[in-house]
Order: sequence, then C-alpha cells, then structure tokens
Amino acid sequence: MAKARGAVVVENEVCKGCNLCVVACPQDVLSLHKEVNSKGYHYSHMSNPEACTGCTNCAAVCPDSCITVYRLKSTVVA
Amino acid sequence: MTAIRVEDIIKPENLVYKKSSVLTDVPMHYCYGCSHGVVHKIIAEVIEEMGIQGEVVGIAPVGCSVMAYYYLDIDWMQAAHGRAPAVATGYKRVNPKKYVFAYQGDGDLAAIGTAETMHAVNRGENIVMIFINNAIYGMTGGQMAPTTMVGQVTSTSPYGRDIDLNGYPLKITELIAQLPGAAYVTRQSVHTPGNVRKTKKAIRKAFENSAKNIGTSFIEVVSTCNSGWKIDPVASNKWMEENMFPFYPLGDLKDSTRDDANTYMVQKLKK
Ligand SMILES: Cc1ncc(C[n+]2csc(CCOP(=O)(O)OP(=O)(O)O)c2C)c(N)n1
Ligand code: SF4
Ligand code: SF4
Repeated sequence: MAKARGAVVVENEVCKGCNLCVVACPQDVLSLHKEVNSKGYHYSHMSNPEACTGCTNCAAVCPDSCITVYRLKSTVVA
Repeated sequence: MTAIRVEDIIKPENLVYKKSSVLTDVPMHYCYGCSHGVVHKIIAEVIEEMGIQGEVVGIAPVGCSVMAYYYLDIDWMQAAHGRAPAVATGYKRVNPKKYVFAYQGDGDLAAIGTAETMHAVNRGENIVMIFINNAIYGMTGGQMAPTTMVGQVTSTSPYGRDIDLNGYPLKITELIAQLPGAAYVTRQSVHTPGNVRKTKKAIRKAFENSAKNIGTSFIEVVSTCNSGWKIDPVASNKWMEENMFPFYPLGDLKDSTRDDANTYMVQKLKK
C-alpha cells in the first residue's frame, strides 16, 4: 500500500529538548540527539526518517515552534 | 522502486507546516515543554489565518507570560497583575472594531484579578479571555494558586494542599459560565495534537465571536508548569491528565448568544 512519505526539519538551536514531539509522533520517527546545541539542550531529530508520514503531529505540540514539516504528494510513491 | 531520500522531500513544494508568520524570531524564555508556548503558537496561527494581524490587540498579564509581547508580532499592552480584563475593556470600548484578547495565568486571573475577571465577563465585554490554568504560580517559584489541586505539593503547600487550611480548588470557569455576559465558555488543553487542534478551533471561534458583539468568550486551557511541578514535560502531561482532567473536565460549558443573555433579567421595575 502506498504510504505517505514526509520529513521534518528541527531548528536545532531553538529546540529545548522537551521530548513532547518525540512522544507525539505516531511513527517513532523522532528522538533526542546525543549531541547538544549551544545552550546545552539535546535537540530533537529524525532518528528513523523513513517512517515519517508528514502528519504534522510533532509540530502541533512543539511549544517553541521549531519544527517544519514536508510531505510528498502521494502520487509520487511507488 | 528507487529509494526516496530525505533531501527529495524537503523542498518548498512539499511544505505542509511551518511556523506562523505572526510569531517573531525571538526565542521564548519559557521553560522547556511549557504550555504557554503552544498556546502562543495557536493564537498566532488563528490571527494569521483570519488575516487580522493589524486589527488585534493582546493584553499581557503578570506571570510567566508577561513578555508575550516579544513573541507575537501584534499590538500589545501590559496590565498590572490581574487587571488585563479591565485594560481590555478600556481598549475595546474605545476601539470597538479591534479584536482584543486578554491572556492570563491562574494566579493572575483567578486570584489577584478575580474581581476584574468576574466583572468584565458580567458586563459582557466583547473581548476574548484566554486563561492558562497550570494550577500553580509559575513565575514566582511554584507557589500554591487558587486552582492548585487538593494534595498538590507546591512551595507554599509543602505537605500538599489541605482543604481545612487552604480551601478548595477554584473552578472559576464554571463560575464564569453562570454569568449572562459570557457568550462562549470552554475548557481545552494542548497536550496532544488532537487537543491542540480543538483548542485552535475554540480560539478561532472566540475571535469570530468578538466581531459579532455577543459578549465575552472565555477559554480555559488546562496546562502544565513542569518547573513549578518539578516533573519533566512528558510526565507533566500525564500528571495533568490523571489529576487535573477529572476535576477540570474538558469541553464546552456554554455557547450562547446575546439574546440568551437578554432573557436573564426580564423583570421590569414597578413605576
Ligand atoms: C501586585 C503584584 N502582586 C504580586 C506580584 C508577584 N507575582 C508575579 S507573577 C505572580 C503569579 C503568576 O502566576 P500565574 O498567573 O499563575 O502565571 P504563571 O506564571 O503560572 O504563568 C505573582 C504573584 C506582582 N508582580 N504584582
Ligand atoms: S510529521 Fe508525523 S510522522 Fe513525521 S516526525 Fe512529525 S509526528 Fe512523526
Ligand atoms: S515556570 Fe512554569 S509556567 Fe513559567 S515558563 Fe516555566 S514551565 Fe512555563
């Protein structure tokens, strides 16, 4: 079955590593990076990018509005 | 089938969500995971979608959100502690075409500002009131608020809120719903994507109401203050679900019109 493919971009320097997007993602795409940003926060990133459907759930719950979401038009998927 | 690379997806034509243009680029000072940021974002998105950026005025409170004016690129005023509804009243009466909203925490709205809150709604001011109920005074270091739960440990209730000593948690939203001036009263939360979407609908409806001149629209957002509660943001959401939602249930409390309000007092004085 054709599954939507998406991807997110997290603005690393704005992310505070609250983990709310990680638990909001229904596909387990995100986790906190082992690296930290300049403020010392473990920022969120796509550790399982193939699973992203571009549903925007992560961005909806982000308090710091640091997530941008992209989704491929479904017709593209083989 | 050729593999799709992430770079192929991250292209302008595939964009489905980006930060609202009504939010500034100033990084928010809020603690990680704080509900204030989520509610700011929702308000910004509603303002952007309604195309009213130049017509809206926010009244910032005293509390953690005192500096809300740094984050939403709209006109703001900042009121003394608890007085946002009074300032909103003045602004709206002089500029009736503007969309005016007061944004307040529970210490601000339900403690020091109780009189302003009740009377602004009782007058049916055509304003939007957004009430962040995180059951604690966040800014000043996690003291007990009127909305603090029974048994909840805060810096001023170190053994937990005690009814005999501290009284009961205040359901101010239920009180507000009794007032004839209240057109729309609802209680929402922002801890899941679904709840964020519901809160957005509620805030949009509230802003639309203020253009219809039907009275006050009041939105409580049951929220978390992970620093004050001393639990991490994810666990705070769980604590809120388990402990606050049974006492502060989500949903609409009132959805009425000015006509409903006018039937509230029909008694004519005898000549
Ligand atoms: C007249 C006055 N009294 C007391 C204070 C101290 N004070 C600042 S913020 C605050 C309470 C804030 O709590 P809340 O409204 O719940 O907002 P939060 O910080 O939790 O978002 C208090 C008591 C003040 N600034 N002014
Ligand atoms: S867009 Fe949806 S699937 Fe993709 S990371 Fe965000 S929550 Fe997960
Ligand atoms: S103290 Fe509480 S309300 Fe204030 S910014 Fe931190 S988490 Fe938010």
